[in-house]
Amino acid sequence: MAQAEIPYQEAMPLHDPHSWVTKYWYSQDHKVIAVQYGITAMAVGLLALVLSWIMRLQIGWPGVFGIEPALYYQSFTMHGMIMVIYLLTAFLLGSFGNYLVPLMLGARDMVFPFVNMISYHVYLLSVIILLAGYFVPGGVTGAGWTLYPPQAILTGTPGADWGIASMLLSLAVFIVAFTMGGLNYVTTILQARTRGMTLMRMPLSIWGIFAATVLGLLAFPALFVSAVMMLLDNFVGTSFFMPAISSALEGGMAGGMIEGTDAYEGGSPLLFQHLFWFFGHPEVYIVALPAFGVVSDLISVHARKNIFGYRLMVWAIVAIGVLSFIVWAHHMYVAGMHPYFGFFFATTTLVIAVPTAIKVYNWTLTLWRANIRFTVPMLFAIAFVITFVVGGLTGLFLGNVIVDVPLSDTYFVVAHFHMVMGVAPILVIFGGIYHWYPKITGRMLNDTLGRLHFWFTFLGTYAIYFPMHYLGFVGVPRRYYDHGTTSAFYPESAQFLDKGISVAAFIVGAAQFLFIANLVVSYFRGKPAGDNPWEATSLEWRTPQTPPVHGNWGDKLPTVHRWAYDFSVPGAEQDFIPQDVPREGADGKPQEKGAVAS
Amino acid sequence: MAVAIFLLIIVVGSVVFTFWSPWWFSEIASNWGGIDTTVLITFWVCGAVFVAIGVFMAYCTWKYRHREGARADYQPENARLEWWLTVITTIGVVAMLAPGLIVWDDYVNPPDEALEFEVLSQQWTWKFRFPGADGVLGTVDVANLSLDNPFGMREDDPAGEDDVLVNSAEVHLPIGQPFKVLLRSRDVLHDFFVPEFRAKMDSVPGMVTYFWFTPTKIGQYQIICAELCGMSHHTMRGWVHVDTEEDFAAWFANQPTWAEMRDGVTRKVYTALAQRGRQVAESSGCLACHTLDGTKVVGPTWQGLWGGEQTLADGSKVMVDEAYVIESVREPNAKVVEGFAPGTMITYGADVVSDDDLEALIAFLREDAAP
Repeated sequence: MAQAEIPYQEAMPLHDPHSWVTKYWYSQDHKVIAVQYGITAMAVGLLALVLSWIMRLQIGWPGVFGIEPALYYQSFTMHGMIMVIYLLTAFLLGSFGNYLVPLMLGARDMVFPFVNMISYHVYLLSVIILLAGYFVPGGVTGAGWTLYPPQAILTGTPGADWGIASMLLSLAVFIVAFTMGGLNYVTTILQARTRGMTLMRMPLSIWGIFAATVLGLLAFPALFVSAVMMLLDNFVGTSFFMPAISSALEGGMAGGMIEGTDAYEGGSPLLFQHLFWFFGHPEVYIVALPAFGVVSDLISVHARKNIFGYRLMVWAIVAIGVLSFIVWAHHMYVAGMHPYFGFFFATTTLVIAVPTAIKVYNWTLTLWRANIRFTVPMLFAIAFVITFVVGGLTGLFLGNVIVDVPLSDTYFVVAHFHMVMGVAPILVIFGGIYHWYPKITGRMLNDTLGRLHFWFTFLGTYAIYFPMHYLGFVGVPRRYYDHGTTSAFYPESAQFLDKGISVAAFIVGAAQFLFIANLVVSYFRGKPAGDNPWEATSLEWRTPQTPPVHGNWGDKLPTVHRWAYDFSVPGAEQDFIPQDVPREGADGKPQEKGAVAS
Repeated sequence: MAVAIFLLIIVVGSVVFTFWSPWWFSEIASNWGGIDTTVLITFWVCGAVFVAIGVFMAYCTWKYRHREGARADYQPENARLEWWLTVITTIGVVAMLAPGLIVWDDYVNPPDEALEFEVLSQQWTWKFRFPGADGVLGTVDVANLSLDNPFGMREDDPAGEDDVLVNSAEVHLPIGQPFKVLLRSRDVLHDFFVPEFRAKMDSVPGMVTYFWFTPTKIGQYQIICAELCGMSHHTMRGWVHVDTEEDFAAWFANQPTWAEMRDGVTRKVYTALAQRGRQVAESSGCLACHTLDGTKVVGPTWQGLWGGEQTLADGSKVMVDEAYVIESVREPNAKVVEGFAPGTMITYGADVVSDDDLEALIAFLREDAAP
């Protein structure tokens, strides 16, 4: 066993805060950093919410609200990038990752607390650079979140000079922040687990965060280099992504940083797409895997039953992580790459469906013969499963190369990726917040508000995205400012449906303010939570204080004796046995399966 | 209880929606019925899985809801069940993938009897080129693209002389003839998509991409651009007319060859000032949105513009004279022509189009409108 007998963090000196500034700003406490990440991500997420309203106003009632094309393009570009990177990635890894990794592993803190602190500050800087795009000449970029060249840096696109620059620079800075945080998570998970916390005893949340972080560390560099290369194309006149082109728009206009387009020759727009999706597809799993992990734990705790098939769940996470690096070009079936790539990428993409399906089966099988408490976190977890099933199944359409041909670039794609990597992980984020808020603040969130928030969000998002798939079958193209008058691909009935979807979007958006209000009010007025309100087994619920203090554990780190899923063990007094309870203790009998308990 | 009921409502509702909603594929007008079939196979396999999981979850959330004194089962794993589920899933995946790959193989291998034509895309319109009698498309060069040479034909390639050029966003095709469509772009990514044909492919500057199809139904079908290409992406439309062989032949005979077009465009003689105005119109990007042949693209066409009347968005009419043209360049949103969106055109200040350039442009408009 690689684990040292005495975890080296036991005697680790802590950087003790002395003032408000050192406690809440220059804090090296992973729990404070987690909250910093969470609040920042939520704030920027609210901007993304407002941007989605702008889009839905224009789509539902074209021209009525005076939304100009540039604003529409800029809104969907910023909405997409904020949601994927600055909210989902930052929240699931920056916030959940920071909070849960040391606590669930029985560590005092991250292995590199100072780097961890800097990671948040750099992330904040990346957000500021991103938003600075709104104040540069021409505004933010409107190239779509995929930022495809040549159009991203040519005059016919909003923000083609300074807007795209702020976007690319912000991404590069974000990747620096991610790398600092990511190295911390990986090192902490490998090196700072407490006594008895073997890898196969780690809660699935940690497995998800671990795999996602490794993916991120390998995938983000591809985005980093493409950002740098596009900046060079834009400002220096290199031609990494720019072939010889003849843009009628470019001409004598002062647009583009390079005068005219004559400067470009021989670059490849497809090279950018390959680099982008080599990052972009693992990115889907960077978001999905932590959500998979967290939701497994939520389901197990609130169903009062061990997660079904723990070992297979772990291996499924690992398999998905590995496979996610050889499926990227399924985003490019109709991009003009060599058509024979389609055979390979369709096969790998459909293969990845197998471990993913296993995860879904195991979540639902955990409900079988369970004792389900319908707490708010559990509601969100169940909603996640059904939403993810829809999003995952529609992925089989788009992954199967020929089926993708009529559907790509239509609203089917929009519906699919919102279900699978928008709504689904956000439902897990909500579930996770309702679940861990009592540990973070010592107070419960208001239950009634939570349930209201849940029903509006779950049913509302389903009403938005389920019908949207069918617009894709009709052939309605995405990213259209205005679909124009009635036509074969945009019948009158589709216009009616778009209005309905918009109304649902406004309601779902408004419901999020219930959640924000709940977070704020419960912080001051919430019911005191106690140490372990959900009767959970993992270590974060076993801290001597709630909320846990800096250093988490007092003098001695906990010792782990069992996996995190000892719920409803036959013969045990209670229906849960925490991980740090010795084997001959509460139940007096060893676990049935040696492999699982080892 | 509520959870189980709503899960059931979602499952039943989704199925009912599928059968009752009016939103589905339009009637197919090409040979790609195989695509529709694979979509349907995928749809039914996935639909069955969705219903099965949804109903199972509804059952569990109803049956195993928390009750006082109840205990969950304790069963960490069940290797046999997990194996079975893996095997069944794999079979389902193969059932969808195999037919998909067979049709894809067909999609990427045009038949020998397929004829070629080229789609040239640019912000924000389409043009088309057919090989002439020699059956070979002449070579092209981006550097040659100009108002007089809208396809960038190379002078040194005789194969291009008889190429038939369709300098508009409407193309005709004969029914029943397979075509290999070659896609080219002069500026950014675009995507040639006709929903009724099911087929699409991006056009990428710097390379030639392709797909093939056979039109199977007489009619007109709208071309839409399916890859984001900038501000007026949504206006980048065109038409494919699928004709009988005779109708197609009649239309085709009326299209100019490259040799004819080259000679034709030099026939009209402009004054020096108007000739310069013509270059200004091209180099400043005016012609990306305003055509000279009456086609409505992003902005109003310039054909017959000068000296006529334009109807504005508020219903009033304005005479197209020097003052109006100057205002429309310097303050494009002051008077917007009926049927066009305000804010689409950017303001051209004197730093971009100088007063001298503007004078030349007006001279061009004046002479171009004259018969």
